[in-house]
Amino acid sequence: MANVIDDETIDYVGILAELELSDEEKEQAKGDMSRMLDYIDKLNELDTTGIEPMSHAFAVSNVMREDLVTNGDGSEATLANAPEKTDDTFIVPKTTIS
Amino acid sequence: MGILDLTAVQLGKAIKEKKYTALEAMEAVLEQIDKTEEDLNCYVTIDKEAALEAAKKAQEKIDAGELTGPLAGVPVAIKDNMCTKGMKTTCSSKILGNFIPQFSSEAVIKLEEAGAVIIGKTNMDEFAMGSTTETSAFGATKNPRNPEYVPGGSSGGSAAAVAADECFFALGSDTGGSIRQPASYCGVVGMKPTYGTVSRYGLIAYGSSLDQIGPLAKDVTDCATVLEVIASHDCKDSTSVKREDTDFTSALVKDVAGMKVGIPRDYFTDGLDTEVKQAILDAAKKLEEAGAIVEEFDLSLVDYAIPTYYTIAAAEASSNLERFDGVKYGYRAKEYDGLHNMYKKSRSEGFGPEVKRRIMLGSFVLSSGYYDAYYLKALKVKAMIKKAFDEAFSKYDLILGPVAPTTAPKLDSSLSDPIKMYLSDIYTISVNLAGLPGISLPCAKASNGLPIGVQMIGNVFEEKKLIRAAYTLEQILGDLELGGVRA
Repeated sequence: MANVIDDETIDYVGILAELELSDEEKEQAKGDMSRMLDYIDKLNELDTTGIEPMSHAFAVSNVMREDLVTNGDGSEATLANAPEKTDDTFIVPKTTIS
Repeated sequence: MGILDLTAVQLGKAIKEKKYTALEAMEAVLEQIDKTEEDLNCYVTIDKEAALEAAKKAQEKIDAGELTGPLAGVPVAIKDNMCTKGMKTTCSSKILGNFIPQFSSEAVIKLEEAGAVIIGKTNMDEFAMGSTTETSAFGATKNPRNPEYVPGGSSGGSAAAVAADECFFALGSDTGGSIRQPASYCGVVGMKPTYGTVSRYGLIAYGSSLDQIGPLAKDVTDCATVLEVIASHDCKDSTSVKREDTDFTSALVKDVAGMKVGIPRDYFTDGLDTEVKQAILDAAKKLEEAGAIVEEFDLSLVDYAIPTYYTIAAAEASSNLERFDGVKYGYRAKEYDGLHNMYKKSRSEGFGPEVKRRIMLGSFVLSSGYYDAYYLKALKVKAMIKKAFDEAFSKYDLILGPVAPTTAPKLDSSLSDPIKMYLSDIYTISVNLAGLPGISLPCAKASNGLPIGVQMIGNVFEEKKLIRAAYTLEQILGDLELGGVRA
């Protein structure tokens, strides 16, 4: 196996992905990701020198518009699904030290 | 012939001619759901009262002459990753288990404007990540042709609901084959249009550059009719394409004379089941006998499509799914220590294993130090794959091949080996990378009793060629007597 994902890498990926993994999940993830990256390494068989990366399959351009308000006050609808809220705000855990 | 034997278009016509009402159609579907849903699990959410009420209202509008289109009064099932105002939309994930959208996706609005009536929301692989509908947080869907087998995925609930007559047609989404593969496994017709044809507004994103909404239906006529209704230019989706040629039903013509059909030799290698292979070659022969010019050719790069796809799709997924953080909607962990720990715990408890696997892979390939080697490399190979298709379409009107290497696998046989599961997408995935339209059409019944689908791929914006060829083949093949729970 060419790609060996170590504990440090998995911890780093956990930070990037905002995921908290159990030790068992970490072991599983190390194996899964190594195997997948080995598989993806197949792309290195291809010489891509001089080839432009393609993000969209055909030309798309920026869509511009005037910055106009077209919808009304949506605060009630916006808050409707919040796990915790007041009348007009989302509630999140305290982030400042008092 | 009962009401459930009608196609969506036939039902719409019968309602117009006052042979049936929209309410009778909804009642028939709900009665069928009562019989088979417990075994099949096609739906995540069914709101019977709302469905019956909406059917009544549709009938009033039909009677008043306000609704005159081909789908007026026809019951439809919507994949559970499309937002429906006031109706739970879960993506078959615990993290959205209680999410009730405050707006509807544009494709759903188009259907409702045309008078189609929503039955409920269909089961899927969690966040459309999977090929069997087994990664759903709400249990697997079973294949109505034989409930020991998977329906395919990720739009497995939609395909199964159509095959089991638990709806008259359904919407699905296709990121790497998620409409075409379940359509093939369940023996229905599924179509993924050219990227940008149907607005993605309100479709909960997986891989934004690949996702596209499309119909799953009983026949090609229904598919073309539904696509004509949902195709639209939408300023709320900046990748939406303004097209003047969305009169897809005009292509429902039995004529393939002179049409050039290319068969990629590299689709017919070792991994392909011999019975599937024969069925596809037989279908090609039928088109040839009808006047098409059929030729084999080398498409090239086929083996590189899956690693390219999983790199790009995982990268986009890791970014798209960042929004699920337990703040604005969805699941929030009960116990946590501070804001970041709340994010982490909510996501870790809310997402299933396959979703976490792809988010982690995506985060890795986008991370500093690996971005060029993985993500950028994949975008370059994508350009090469697109070029290979461009070359093919300079010679052929369409490409014909299998949808999947085998018929539907047995339940509980796929998830233990992710890479093996990913390999079942080999014939569908490059279509999304290149933004092309593709259609999956039942073409035979295998010796195990399961349906086999044939795939046709067109150049961008050439859905009409696909529809014409698929319609012609469907007319030639006639009734395949696929059977199933209701037969």
